[in-house]
Amino acid sequence: MARRKRSAWVSFTLLGAGLAILPILIETGIGRSWVRVIDFSLLYIMLAVGLNIVVGYAGLLDLGYIAFYAVGAYCYALLASPQFGLHLPFWAILPIGAAAAALFGILLGAPTLRLRGDYLAIVTLGFGEIVRIFLNNLNTPVNITNGPQGITLIDPIRIAGFSFAAKHHWLGLTFSSPQQYYYLFLTLTLALIFVALRLQDSRIGRAWAAIREDELAAAATGINVRNLKLLAFAMGATFAGVAGGLFAGFQGFVSPESFNLMESVMILCMIVLGGMGNIPGVILGATLLTVLPEALRYLGDWQQAWLGRIVVDPDDLRMLLFGLALIVMMLYRPAGLWPSRLRRREWEDQRTS
Amino acid sequence: MSALLAVEALRVAYGKIQAVQGVDLTVAEHERVCLIGANGAGKTTLLKAIAGMQPSAGGSIRFTGDAIAHKPSSQIVALGIALVPEGRGIFSRLTVAENLAMGAYIRRDKAAIRREIDIIYQQYSRLGERRDQPAGQLSGGEQQLLAIHRALLSKPRLLLLDEPSMGLAPLMVKAIFATLADAHKTGVAMLLVEQNAHLALAHSDRGYIMETGKIAMTDSASELAANSDIKRAYFGV
Repeated sequence: MARRKRSAWVSFTLLGAGLAILPILIETGIGRSWVRVIDFSLLYIMLAVGLNIVVGYAGLLDLGYIAFYAVGAYCYALLASPQFGLHLPFWAILPIGAAAAALFGILLGAPTLRLRGDYLAIVTLGFGEIVRIFLNNLNTPVNITNGPQGITLIDPIRIAGFSFAAKHHWLGLTFSSPQQYYYLFLTLTLALIFVALRLQDSRIGRAWAAIREDELAAAATGINVRNLKLLAFAMGATFAGVAGGLFAGFQGFVSPESFNLMESVMILCMIVLGGMGNIPGVILGATLLTVLPEALRYLGDWQQAWLGRIVVDPDDLRMLLFGLALIVMMLYRPAGLWPSRLRRREWEDQRTS
Repeated sequence: MSALLAVEALRVAYGKIQAVQGVDLTVAEHERVCLIGANGAGKTTLLKAIAGMQPSAGGSIRFTGDAIAHKPSSQIVALGIALVPEGRGIFSRLTVAENLAMGAYIRRDKAAIRREIDIIYQQYSRLGERRDQPAGQLSGGEQQLLAIHRALLSKPRLLLLDEPSMGLAPLMVKAIFATLADAHKTGVAMLLVEQNAHLALAHSDRGYIMETGKIAMTDSASELAANSDIKRAYFGV
């Protein structure tokens, strides 16, 4: 037991050290653009972990999840850009964005309480599109979102005078902007993962599992099904609101384009691919689906170099491989790459009975 | 005896269809009452209305004197009414232990809960042996036992049972009614819905006969069991 504990600490320390030097290795090894890719994958991990609360824990299929990311991003964009001339500090905007997203989560949850499965999926899908279309059209009669052009010149994230957009020298090393964002995103990602793990093991998490399994039986044990479903929507939305605010500050630009249906589907795929309900699986899924498509870009360069022209467009190839990966997954690992104990059990059950 | 549960002129409707049409029913403290009737008589609907899972369209439901007709099920469980739903309603992918833990969801006294669950494991070694296995892998009878014990862990004063014997082997039915008898000894009142009239009346103090949404007859269990009309209609004699 003691030995296992010690080895857990060793791997924990190694993991921590690895995560700490990762951006330095990547920037010197394969270039700064890859640090940006890693930054984005951290944002997607936050989103996937958040959506996992709604879909994986509580079993509510949400296809409009990206809308909450949009709410968080636009909150930041409107409160820290020349659009309204507001320049609120980061520590004020992030909670506002998270709270606004949570409110939207409840707004979506309340009318859909009685819906299940496919029907819930359809309504949430519509909700996601409605939010995007609103963002696209709220430039008349009063210009709020600047319509399809989006909002530009968003303030970079700045905490206590430390700007994440400027270079900093520390311990003889020069840290670029994407590297600094990496450390900020990593901190917040770890915090959100911690919250998600604690929720899973809590009374609330067990109640969500019961609702997912059998709503009627859950109600019979005294669970307040309505409130807990709303809480799941609000919690999931809060995670997306935080990620959205970070995205706006990091990118410096938001437009409705970034929040289309494909993004919602992508985040859902990350969860399904990695293993629904299991946090390590979800993290794996989110990382794979953000890093691999970027890696595929190299295939275009190689084709150019070896064949003299581009035979298959990397973008097409990406979708092709993506589809192929999903089919292979369905056949060989239907519960995901790294499934939770529960999901694995569920698939084994269906196979044996 | 004072009435623990008093249902008066209760009506429940699904759209235009009235499933329960003005039912009066009482269950006294520590009493065992059964509700007998054919398919579609409205028995399950009545139980769901009492448990707060189906809104009523009229009439009143009182539990220990308080009106509960418009309370959500989560509050009703806390007041002391537990429903064992039709078809068991266990969480089949959660383990046996997790199922039992969910039964005590509204309670906070962790030590006492653990003690009670240990006693269940000792009494039913099959549940104890399989505590870490998914409940869906249990046999039908074991699932029903699990469902009953899960309901009892909320410390109810009134247990509502919807067809606990449905689809089970005679030996298992016996074990289930023995469990219910044990629970009754600790002071739990019961309202039992059954299609098996013989079985239900043998384990009840009083009975109600329900036909197409209304109470057709009520009497002591022994009188009902001796009634020749009922014998013909429900015992298949």
